[in-house]
Amino acid sequence: MLAFVARRLLATIPVLLVVAVLVFLMLRLTPGDPAAILAGDAASTEQIAAIRAGLGLDRPILVQFGIWASHLARGDLGESYFFKMQVTSLIAQRLEPTLALAALTILIAVLTAVPLGTLAAWRFGGWFDRALMGFSVLGFSVPVFVLAYLLIWLVSLKLGWLPVQGYVRISENFLLFLKHLILPAITLSVIYIALIARVTRAAVLEALGEDYIRTARAKGLPELRVLVRHALANAAVPIATVIGIGIAILIGGVVVTESVYAIPGLGRLTVDAVLARDFPTVQGVILFFSFVYVLVNLLIDLSYVFLDPRIRY
Amino acid sequence: MILRNWSVRIGGISLLILIAIAIAAPLLGTVDPTLFDAASRDLRPGETGEISTLDGETLKHTFLMGSDSFGRDVYSRVLYGARVSLLIGLCVALLALAFGIVLGLCAGYLRWLDGPLMRVMDGLMAIPSVLLAIALVALWRPSLTTVVIAIAIPEMPRVSRLVRSLVLSIREEPYVEAAVALGTPTVKIMFGHILPNTAAPLIVQGTYIVAFAILVEAILSFLGVGLPPDIPTWGNIMAEGRVQFVAYPHNVFYPGVFLAVTVLAVNILGDGLRDTLDPKMAKRV
Repeated sequence: MLAFVARRLLATIPVLLVVAVLVFLMLRLTPGDPAAILAGDAASTEQIAAIRAGLGLDRPILVQFGIWASHLARGDLGESYFFKMQVTSLIAQRLEPTLALAALTILIAVLTAVPLGTLAAWRFGGWFDRALMGFSVLGFSVPVFVLAYLLIWLVSLKLGWLPVQGYVRISENFLLFLKHLILPAITLSVIYIALIARVTRAAVLEALGEDYIRTARAKGLPELRVLVRHALANAAVPIATVIGIGIAILIGGVVVTESVYAIPGLGRLTVDAVLARDFPTVQGVILFFSFVYVLVNLLIDLSYVFLDPRIRY
Repeated sequence: MILRNWSVRIGGISLLILIAIAIAAPLLGTVDPTLFDAASRDLRPGETGEISTLDGETLKHTFLMGSDSFGRDVYSRVLYGARVSLLIGLCVALLALAFGIVLGLCAGYLRWLDGPLMRVMDGLMAIPSVLLAIALVALWRPSLTTVVIAIAIPEMPRVSRLVRSLVLSIREEPYVEAAVALGTPTVKIMFGHILPNTAAPLIVQGTYIVAFAILVEAILSFLGVGLPPDIPTWGNIMAEGRVQFVAYPHNVFYPGVFLAVTVLAVNILGDGLRDTLDPKMAKRV
């Protein structure tokens, strides 16, 4: 088990290294002077020269990468030229809203999608199954921001149930915090529900065809117990996998959702940084999100041991 | 066989109608989508106003979908926007497929390349695709070409992985063995014997890429980092309309509906193609 964890941890290192190289090369391979691009349109010649010296742009590209990577390894993502502060502290500042939004979204998505998908597999080919599959195609197709405006228009403007936009910190007022976050989380969860429900349905459907299900039914187990204890439990690994893969969609959705609902999180920061052509921040956020994505999927890989006792490492 | 599938029929016909609308946009009662008139700002759908042409003439015009805060005709902009979306969807799919196929063939058939290539693809896939596209467009300055490339790059690893896995199973087939035994050049085996047998799953994958690309382009424009705001794209129309969303929701809704219907049509077509062309994949999802 320990050997497996160690091996799996080691395997993520090349992936993270490749991500770092790609993010590093993104700027260097762009036509034009990287220092001028980094400094932005309003920078003076002295500022550009200072950046050039700091990055070692006059030295060979391998040396440049060495300088950059050693900063990165120490958690130093450079300084934002627009926000005038360390990118690391900028990310830390904006982390709470994004984390809260993502957690609530995943919670809503899993609690909705897994029962719906199981039910659809149980009634395979029936009207509920078809309705859910129809909804799932629709969920993949309606863009997050179109859905966001539809929900704002309906729930906030017409019905007046929830605030239109904004964010309240969790420490200030928990109820207001939830009220501001519930609509963005529902918006963001739709595509995630579509994804998880589809995979849950397929995985449970496969498990339902196994011999042990027939045995469980034959010995008179209640249907609910057959579904949850026997079918769903055996479908856990693909479901966990798709939740992990879905994090990538979630991150893309966070960027859009936070912009529509005016939530001051990392997604909003990304868009602001891109619009201000603040590349240290853009680089930092991309590295951060990719790191989180790899880490979450690593944890999910490790969780297979608990989800499926047959897996022994 | 393919045309008997209802998903293919529904998706395909909807898509054909949308393509027809995009091509015939100048004939459908539209004006030049860049024309504006200060006197016709923020009209509601169906209201009549004036619009001045580039020659200085003033035309009477009915704004079927209302007008935006510059006094431009939303109906014309939405119809012309279909051209941009469909074009970008197609170009991204072709580009991602072309590069993905070459990379996947190389990784699957030339074993020494497999390890390094796939590690790079793993790294590329670890960067969330919308973020990568946003960053690339921002670095390169937005234009039709850079937007297409920036959306296609995050899709390449997915295509190349698919091609690679197909190649790995196809290369064990007797007809490939026979070709090798006959001394057929490697390049000819790769493109002449293996590639044609990957067509069905690739067409399905390509359809999904079209849908995804249309979505991402709209997201980029909507966030203000995509194509320049004077080009009529659905995302740009919505970005312009979102400021006044509470008072004039039509600027957001009409392009939004067109966008959702287009992506839905392509996705339904993709599902239908998957069920008919690639039954193995249909079983998996």
